Amino acid sequence: MTHFLQNLVNALQWGSFYALIALGYSMVYGILMLFNFAHGDIFMVGAYIGFGMASLLLALVAWGGLALPSWLILVLTILVSMFLTAIVGVIVERVAYRPLRDAPRASAAITGLMVGIILETGNLALLGASRVRFPSLIQSVTFDFGGVYVTNKKIMIVAVSISLMIALHQFVKRSKWGMAMRAMAYDYVVVPLMGVPLNTIAALTFGLGSALAAAAGILFSVAYPVLDPYMGIVFGWKAFVAAILGGRGSVLGATLAGFLLGFIEIFVAMVFPSTLRDLIAYSIILVILVFRPHGFFGEPYSARLRL
Amino acid sequence: MLKVESLQVSYGKIKALHGIDFSVNQGEIVTIIGANGAGKSTTLRAISRLVPVEPGSRLSFQGQNLLDHPADKVVSQLGISHVPEGRRLFGNLTVTENLKLACFARKDAEGVARDLKRVFAIFPRLEERREQKSATLSGGEQQMLAVARAFMSGRKLMLLDEPSMGLAPLLMLRVFDALKEINQEGTAILLVEQNARLALKFAQRAYLLENGLIAAQGSTAQLMEDPQVKKAYLGG
Repeated sequence: MTHFLQNLVNALQWGSFYALIALGYSMVYGILMLFNFAHGDIFMVGAYIGFGMASLLLALVAWGGLALPSWLILVLTILVSMFLTAIVGVIVERVAYRPLRDAPRASAAITGLMVGIILETGNLALLGASRVRFPSLIQSVTFDFGGVYVTNKKIMIVAVSISLMIALHQFVKRSKWGMAMRAMAYDYVVVPLMGVPLNTIAALTFGLGSALAAAAGILFSVAYPVLDPYMGIVFGWKAFVAAILGGRGSVLGATLAGFLLGFIEIFVAMVFPSTLRDLIAYSIILVILVFRPHGFFGEPYSARLRL
Repeated sequence: MLKVESLQVSYGKIKALHGIDFSVNQGEIVTIIGANGAGKSTTLRAISRLVPVEPGSRLSFQGQNLLDHPADKVVSQLGISHVPEGRRLFGNLTVTENLKLACFARKDAEGVARDLKRVFAIFPRLEERREQKSATLSGGEQQMLAVARAFMSGRKLMLLDEPSMGLAPLLMLRVFDALKEINQEGTAILLVEQNARLALKFAQRAYLLENGLIAAQGSTAQLMEDPQVKKAYLGG
């Protein structure tokens, strides 16, 4: 039982990473009918921006100009990096995707792959091939809940992730911007007839998704502090699977599917040798998709793409 | 207030409009009638900037060049609203959300509240169903919501694309009565209809569109007596 609970905690943490990244995939796909295959690399960019930000703040503290407790440095790092990564996402949309808005979807997908490669190799050119170490900002403290060990980092990661998901959900559900996003997912062509600027909503969607990916990148770096330029690839693909599993454009779906993915992976590894983990985990998902091809909350295409 | 000169639109190699001229005056109801595929919807989409126009086309609205405005600004800055063919409601949004979305760019909270009241007075059915997802409305209610949405988004000129489509006669009259009411409050209307009899009764001036060209124009009384119109569109 304690073994099970221990794994449950780990699964929640992994699920948080997947879910945060999957949300960006899912929103962009829902609204622009576009797979942003560079999204995994946005996660990597977010982690690196976070690394830069944290290092900068720590240097300022060491130099004596600032007296910040390290938890505050972490909070600032997350917030500023989310904002900066959102700008990166907006730029990617503007430069790579907007000119292809009416092009065949395959062209846009290939563009995404290329943007991803540019981000990876750009990072390589900028910082070199050696991995960087994310500074340790919070002291690890382990709590013992009747034999289940939970670190303060894990609690923080899961709590921050879930708060962000709730915030996003509320934004999409209640704000007029969120309303425009939902309308766009339903019938993109007539949205301008409501006086809604399509490009602004598209940029907003990319910005939000990228900010969440950045949060995932930094939270991941807190748990696993070694960064390399290719860290986003596998994460990106897995989060993409979660987005599809959740259903087109569904915030709730992507969140649940992200957590489910974490659970399946961790619990498969509990029973089988870990080298078989992904093979078995993703076979399970394949079977789910055979029975629910539109995912948990997806509907057969209702959106009309033409006039 | 709306002046269209030599409007040309092509879809790829196929020319849908070959250079048409027409106008709508302040407070007027104008209709464009014609058969399926004559270019009626294309005309409205060109005004709303949903389809690109060929060079040489001139469109102006209240002295401003319409082509300087992207689609969303045509609505939010010029005040031209568009009820598209097939209504195109956001079925995943509630009635209220559909109406609120139509006010996306409006900054006058008081005006929005006043208009919302007015629109519920014109269409009481919508108020009863305000928290319902618009996909669950009946065809007539959906058309009412489509008109109500346009009413909320821009009020100087309303473009209507086949509002009678798929409606039972009684509901159709209800919708057209509401449109008349909206018009009497100062909104000019440009109506596109296949149902020529209905359109000619409703409007003051009419244009007949055939294969992307204006084939006849005049007051609706004149067009109703036009032998060509009578024969082809009014059933003899």
